[in-house]
Amino acid sequence: MSNNYQLKRVDFIFKNENDWEEVLSKNLSHTPQELINELISSELKGRGGAGFPTGLKWKLSAEAVDETKYVICNADEGEPGTFKDREILSKVPFKVLTAMAICGYVIGAKIGTIYLRGEYFFLQPELNKAISEFKYYCDEIKFDFTINIFMGSGAYICGEETALFESMEGKRGEPRNKPPYPSSYGYMGKPTVINNVETLAHAYTIFNFGAKRFYDLGVQYSRGSKLYSVSGDTPKPGIYELELGMSLSDFVDEFGDGDTKAVQVGGASGFLVPRKRFNETTIGFQGKLTGISLPTGGSMMLFNSSRSMFNVLDNYLVFFNEESCGQCTPCRVGCQQLLRGIKAVKSGEKNAQYLDKLLRLAETMQYTAKCGLGQSVANSFSSIVENFREEMIY
Amino acid sequence: MNAITVLVKNLADQHGRERQNLLPILQGVVEQEKYLSEFSMIEIARELDLPAAEVFGTATFYSFLEHKKMGKYIIRICKTISCSMKGSNQVLLTIQDMLKITVGETTPDGYFSLLQTNCLGFCHQAPAMLINNDVYTDLTPEKVREILSVYMNKKKEGVTDVQ
Repeated sequence: MSNNYQLKRVDFIFKNENDWEEVLSKNLSHTPQELINELISSELKGRGGAGFPTGLKWKLSAEAVDETKYVICNADEGEPGTFKDREILSKVPFKVLTAMAICGYVIGAKIGTIYLRGEYFFLQPELNKAISEFKYYCDEIKFDFTINIFMGSGAYICGEETALFESMEGKRGEPRNKPPYPSSYGYMGKPTVINNVETLAHAYTIFNFGAKRFYDLGVQYSRGSKLYSVSGDTPKPGIYELELGMSLSDFVDEFGDGDTKAVQVGGASGFLVPRKRFNETTIGFQGKLTGISLPTGGSMMLFNSSRSMFNVLDNYLVFFNEESCGQCTPCRVGCQQLLRGIKAVKSGEKNAQYLDKLLRLAETMQYTAKCGLGQSVANSFSSIVENFREEMIY
Repeated sequence: MNAITVLVKNLADQHGRERQNLLPILQGVVEQEKYLSEFSMIEIARELDLPAAEVFGTATFYSFLEHKKMGKYIIRICKTISCSMKGSNQVLLTIQDMLKITVGETTPDGYFSLLQTNCLGFCHQAPAMLINNDVYTDLTPEKVREILSVYMNKKKEGVTDVQ
């Protein structure tokens, strides 16, 4: 049990960034290969939620042969319950810019773009100021790298990397088939590294203090710290940097209101964990030997016993219905049918066994949808319906 | 020359006339006009030498690129789970009561439009809303009344200016 356990708070991300000029010039004196090795040995994995090894991502793009390459910072933070990237960009923008520039040096890109969601338009003036100051320093040390901002316009799906490229190319934000992957065929068909804002902020820590400081945090397969966006029924909502690998029961001990019935890990596209599973669930990436390990982009939503899980699921499905890009049938029609289906069961128009049909439909979407959005609808749908079946019916 | 035509031409001069410049141009028109009329989309298509259907298809994909006439101030209230749990619906009802419009409508004076939107990323300060690009958080029915009153007073002042 977790009586005397304390959540391991970490303070890397928001620690001052005044040394960014030194961090940049110091790292530009290393070879790209050395920097890739450093990143690989830190075992940093993407903090947007998918958890792809960042060092490998940079390595693949560095190996791609092309005169033009791009670095993109994914700031299209749209997952319900996530708000950490905004905080990073407003508090420590230079960490992100520096990591983008180091990435540009490593892979051979001269242009970096921050894809900023339309909802965060108000961040633009301050961020532009930081970008100008950053550019001034790059010119001073004769390092050729330019960063610009590309504004999104209110589409959740554009956080999916290939949909983001389509959007930047002036098209509808519809995900592409993969492969080819961005490392060889990204923005404008060029090799592209696309990283989440938080991933870049961690890369800065690694390039500043070395891989070991980062690697020493967390557990096997889930190294380092992570920012958690905590919301819902909690006395202390906000953003917290914690070590990876914590157990959900420790998390609830710290952030719950004493009446926590379930926690949604990873936003609407993540999993709902009921109270009886808190003990066996840890937060990190897949690959742990025992128990269930759930990845998260950082969204942690707590629900207490006053909440109807039917309403929660209904809210998620409305969200997916609106945000599905509509290009592939499993997602477009599947989202509609799941929403209609749970309403029909609730109203008594369909019997309770209909829920099993819906579960099979969700599973089909998981296998057949084109991108992560449609594939992940089943995560929240199945975990809510299986654990709170009676709330779906009565 | 028509004002929209001039605006589109200026935006194209500023951003470029390639396909990858389409979104910033659409955003530029929305920034000034609050929405994309059929005329403005045809003008953009002509300026960028694109089929008008492509411009329409792209524009209508994005929820912040309105293609219906909007008011001067667009209120977007978050309806996603965290805000919904913290009473966004009561805030919505208050706004509807104050402005005498429902979601999707614009006040007859063309001043306010009311919309619901998905997660704004202020779940820890829920409920949240945007008025144009400005964020308001920790809303309550009382607080939203105060906020809207300020905007309504702006309108009154605006009217005196004209007279």
